Amino acid sequence: MIEGLMIGLSAAFSLQNLLMVIFGCLIGTFIGMLPGLGPMSIIAIMIPVAITIGDPSAALILLAGVYYGAIFGGSTSSILLNAPGVAGTVASSFDGYPMARKGQAGKALTIAAISSFAGGSIGALLLMIFAPMLSTVALLFHSAEYFALMVVGLSAIAAFAGTGNVAKAVLMTLLGLILATVGEGALFNLPRFTMGIMDLQSGLSFITLAMAMFALPEALFLVMNPARSAQGDGGKITGLRITREEGRKIAPVIGRQSIQGFFIGVLPGAGATIASFLGYAVERNIASKEEQKEFGHGSIKGLAAPETANNAACTGSFVPLLTLGIPGSGTTAILLGALIALNVTPGPRLMIDEPQIFWAVIISMYIGNLVLLVLNLPLIPYIAKVLTIPRNYLIPFILFFTLMGSYIGQNNATELLLLVGMGVCATILRFADYPLAPLLIGFILGRMLEDNFARSMQLYDGMGFLIDRPMTLGLLVIAALLVVVPSYRARRAKARAKGIADGD
Amino acid sequence: MTLKLGRRALMVAATAAMSFGTPVLAGGHQVLDSIHFLIPGGAGGGWDGTARGTGEALTNAGLVGTASYENMSGGGGGKAIGYLIENAESNHGTLMVNSTPIIIRSLTGVFPQNFRDLTLVAGTIGDYAAMVVPADSNIDSMADLLAAYDADPNSTAIGGGSVPGGMDHLVAAMVMEAAGKDALEVKYIPYDAGGKAMAALLSGEIKALSTGFSEAVALAQAGEVKILGVTSDERVGAYEDAPTMKEQGIDTTFVNWRGFFGAPGLPEDQLAAYQDAIAKMYDTPEWEAVRARNGWVNIHNSGDDFKAFLENQEKVIGDLMKKLGFL
Repeated sequence: MIEGLMIGLSAAFSLQNLLMVIFGCLIGTFIGMLPGLGPMSIIAIMIPVAITIGDPSAALILLAGVYYGAIFGGSTSSILLNAPGVAGTVASSFDGYPMARKGQAGKALTIAAISSFAGGSIGALLLMIFAPMLSTVALLFHSAEYFALMVVGLSAIAAFAGTGNVAKAVLMTLLGLILATVGEGALFNLPRFTMGIMDLQSGLSFITLAMAMFALPEALFLVMNPARSAQGDGGKITGLRITREEGRKIAPVIGRQSIQGFFIGVLPGAGATIASFLGYAVERNIASKEEQKEFGHGSIKGLAAPETANNAACTGSFVPLLTLGIPGSGTTAILLGALIALNVTPGPRLMIDEPQIFWAVIISMYIGNLVLLVLNLPLIPYIAKVLTIPRNYLIPFILFFTLMGSYIGQNNATELLLLVGMGVCATILRFADYPLAPLLIGFILGRMLEDNFARSMQLYDGMGFLIDRPMTLGLLVIAALLVVVPSYRARRAKARAKGIADGD
Repeated sequence: MTLKLGRRALMVAATAAMSFGTPVLAGGHQVLDSIHFLIPGGAGGGWDGTARGTGEALTNAGLVGTASYENMSGGGGGKAIGYLIENAESNHGTLMVNSTPIIIRSLTGVFPQNFRDLTLVAGTIGDYAAMVVPADSNIDSMADLLAAYDADPNSTAIGGGSVPGGMDHLVAAMVMEAAGKDALEVKYIPYDAGGKAMAALLSGEIKALSTGFSEAVALAQAGEVKILGVTSDERVGAYEDAPTMKEQGIDTTFVNWRGFFGAPGLPEDQLAAYQDAIAKMYDTPEWEAVRARNGWVNIHNSGDDFKAFLENQEKVIGDLMKKLGFL
């Protein structure tokens, strides 16, 4: 591990990678603040930029920076405008906005920044400890276990469906699975469902699909729904200081929520959104009677809890991505797609074959959190001005990068047609309030699910692997439980998160 | 702002790439003004690397004035082939890169054309195939692997990073056939990437892995695998410890080649100029730098040799695929 740390330090502190961290965090903070644009949209838009860089470590550092930057920055609009930028910061508005109304906006922003910083840093520490451990176990996994893991992942989507209802999430997951069957599979030498179109031979392009699901509809949604634009002035923010006593009050909250948030983030299907709601609920339940009354009316604990939890969860979601090659959330699904496009296969071998990628990303998270602290503490009054940018400058920018991005890399004009076609479908689905993240996760898990299932069938000449491999059976039982016992928190989250971009 | 940084990063990368070989100015031996490389796959793949590496060596060595590149993915390479044939007249300045899959995919009918519809310029590099087992495996030679297979064919699965009927599968089948086994009985498990196949080998899911030789050498040098056999005629200089299949009594060889094709009806003098530039390229230090960086093996087949080589490979692969039921 020491050796790994050294590799990571030397890679992360290269000029290029430092620039990537800073740039990623900046973009993430800005976009995360804008109500309506979730981290997924902006990461989807940034993928072509990342691929052009060519170096997988730099690309992943950039995209990861955007991700936690967005979660960090999302709190600003939650607090100032009660209009959360990303779903993961919805819970931050419960107490953050009342604080701002009481004239304590500066204090609220400071608490949010400190909690986010602590959550992110402690999360990165836990990632450093747990990812190598899980990776060692994962080296023993056979196709049968991977198949079972995919099933767990898919059922978790249903269980934790953050926005929309469970039936809709299941439907969209199925649609994703169906889309994944297009093209030549890894196991069969024959094209399926290509309708004789040559461009579909190698399947739908993940990047095009991600753009169509998250960038185009976001832009169109902003055009057609101007009411969602922010109207606050975001101007006067004073009194950034917090007292020593307040610090003492939130410290235990931060400690608990860093750990809880991280482990919720590790679970496939759960993410920053679930973690922040759970964090808020848990802290309210264990607070003293007096403090409980404050929750919802500007409690600093009620703000620190979700802010810590969502950042820790965001870091935690990198565990399944980097050790198993399985995306736990829509955002990590997009990161996985970007890595595959860069010829890197995330999985237990990543730490052995390309340790510099793994460690550089982790080290960059510490740097990133520092950068974000600097961005968010002294500079926040100025950065908050971004909330006043008119939409008509923002939308063409998004459209331009979307179209350009799907063409670059493949140099294939058909991708543009596919992008627009699927983008229109996605927009219709969004208007009907269908969550799009499950579709993307279904799409990326679908092919892995099929491949691993078929391989297991081949190796065991049938379904024998279910009995022969207890770990497979155990995972499948967990998957069944996830479907049967859906989290009641998700239902609560659903109601609150209505009308906000799919968070993670 | 986004664009600026992306481009800056690209420029840094490009400068780094350039610094590998010192550009030597054309000392009067320039053969061609320019070459346009058509790459039938996306950026970052094997074809892309081959075309860009070759172009880099040719221009840096001063054999060719400028090189340009175009990625045209789609249809497993079929889109670019179709484009080159349909627009043959205007593509005399274009070279398309391709490799063993052009044979396999035209046999299976992924695209209707085959290599005879194009002008054969030259095969330039190649990679042998190899069979590997984990370093701590009790299998030490092909004989051990065959013995394990005879004892329990069902649990002696061989994996590879290609679809059934793809290159890794064909190599495994070819080797087992030559060793006197029925290739149809061999349990071949496909993985969609080399890394995943390697993880499966180390987790014990598969007993042996059929893979490219340069990949196998890298893994063997890292102490992760043992190379049981390589499909070359003689032991390869890059890793002398690896025995050939032939010396273990398995009479088979296989090369995954990469080479260049021109549009149909390419004028003779133009073809000769391309072949001349490529032939001269092998003696330059610029090429050696590119080759060594990528771990390629020089396997030069020009013109009629290239044709004979491809026809032979088409026959061997075709027979095997018929036997395996893919045709």
